Amino acid sequence: MAVSINIEKNFRDFSLKVKFEGSSAAIGLLGASGSGKSMTLRCIAGIETPDKGKIVINGKTVFDSEAGIDLKPQKRRIGYLFQNYALFPTMTVEQNIRCGYRGGKASIREEVADLIRRYHLEGLEKRYPSQLSGGQQQRVALARMMIGEPEAILLDEPFSALDGYLKDVLQREMQDFLQDYKGDMILVTHSRDEAYKFCKELSIVDKGRILVTGETKSIFEQPGLMEAARLTGCKNYSSIKKLGEYEIFAEDWKLKLHTAEKVGEDITHVGIRGHWLRPASEPGENCMPVQVSEYMETTFEHQYMIANKEEKASEGLWWMRPKNSFTEDPDQDLPEYLYLPPEHLMLLK
Amino acid sequence: MAEFLKEINWSPLWISLKTGLVATVIAFFLGVFCARKIMKLRPGAKAVLDGILTLPLVLPPTVAGFFLLLIFSLKRPLGSFLLENFDIKIVQTWKGCVVAAAVIAFPLMYRNARAAFEQVDINLIYAGQTLGMSDNKIFWRVVMPAAGPGIASGTVLAFARAIGEYGATSMLAGNILGKTRTVSVAIATETAAGNYGTAGFWVVVIVLISFAIVALINIVSGRGMKTRRWI
Repeated sequence: MAVSINIEKNFRDFSLKVKFEGSSAAIGLLGASGSGKSMTLRCIAGIETPDKGKIVINGKTVFDSEAGIDLKPQKRRIGYLFQNYALFPTMTVEQNIRCGYRGGKASIREEVADLIRRYHLEGLEKRYPSQLSGGQQQRVALARMMIGEPEAILLDEPFSALDGYLKDVLQREMQDFLQDYKGDMILVTHSRDEAYKFCKELSIVDKGRILVTGETKSIFEQPGLMEAARLTGCKNYSSIKKLGEYEIFAEDWKLKLHTAEKVGEDITHVGIRGHWLRPASEPGENCMPVQVSEYMETTFEHQYMIANKEEKASEGLWWMRPKNSFTEDPDQDLPEYLYLPPEHLMLLK
Repeated sequence: MAEFLKEINWSPLWISLKTGLVATVIAFFLGVFCARKIMKLRPGAKAVLDGILTLPLVLPPTVAGFFLLLIFSLKRPLGSFLLENFDIKIVQTWKGCVVAAAVIAFPLMYRNARAAFEQVDINLIYAGQTLGMSDNKIFWRVVMPAAGPGIASGTVLAFARAIGEYGATSMLAGNILGKTRTVSVAIATETAAGNYGTAGFWVVVIVLISFAIVALINIVSGRGMKTRRWI
């Protein structure tokens, strides 16, 4: 199981130049809207044609501009789950699922019934898409896609049209369904949480280019690039001056920091996720005296903007601190110092 | 009144309805076909071809009639070819009525079909393709049903236009009672002859049919719609 994508497509005011390889069964493309991630997915499915390049899925070349290969989407056997599910509005659930069937006539009835059972659609066979809830629609779209036994499936922002609770439920369902699926999956999303939940490997897309590709956890740990760190949701950055092999000075925070990783010559910034900051009671290495300059309350977190108390002109850091209750006073138990663990410092270019 | 109705020659009504039906069937398939093909074109070519296909709608029907005569006249290549090889005569025959009505009704069908196709979510087509459905199957099973209301109203409008056609019909098919005299041609003929009673009768018939058609469109396209508060 592997995918290898290297494509170029030019538009009037946008150029897509995407290259990545993945060997795991769950690959994610994370990027802001308009970054070209959905266009990439469309090129893989064959709905859009790249200007040049090569797309190989499971060892099968579906597109190669040099060799003149451009398989029709019908021939690629790549399932595509659309953001709005694209169910056929004038067909019932059962008819919709039948449309995806590619096998012989003899077993279509059984196969459809089997998919309806597996995707918990019993009793809804005769309904039309407009009579279904968002979750049911998604299951129909999945069943319709899966009945054709695609070699790879592409999920285009599958949860972004849903609101909070339903999103949670559907994400859990999706994880169950995907467990039974043996082919490759590529998920496109702008949500770092979805990318983290569903993908073993991750590519970060920005302005039509792949910034980094790698194992999801290591990308969250060390994104390597400023833009990549930003897209994975990191909020705290500072430009740096290198002091030693494992020592930097964060210019925006006015703070000397020890790092766990060796500082390369090309490192220009340091970043740290607000959740990794730890309270400390005494001064010490990587500790910053606390001065709260801003506060924001979210449902389960206190978010403080913390500035270096001893340095007037320093920029603040966001610190995310889980709540114990809804009634607790955010100003209580504020620590004297904040500790920036060296292993969580991200060295960025 | 009973006397009057007894004396009426009903043939123009049957000729009109028959012409309308056949012309609508032709305009339907031709309009849908052209709308489907034109959706695939690049914007520039689209604009030019769309203009050509829409011309019969905006030109005076007599101009269309003139061109049709140019094409089908027995003194011209196509006209004589059709007569010699297939024994088909368009000029001064009922077939001429159908051709004239189909040409005039075509743009209504084509434009409505195209507008309806443009409303269809393009992702439905893409979904069908990734599911392995053939393009033809996607068109007839997914796109056409989804475009249903627009297609239906285009068909009805085309029919209404076809049964009322006058200009091109009278030029191409003439005015032969019992053969090519449609209701609209009959109205002109009777009025010119001073038979206002008969002309008025045909006027009432055409108004009733046209109204029934428009009402039908409204009922069909308004189905499932809720009453909304509007300014």
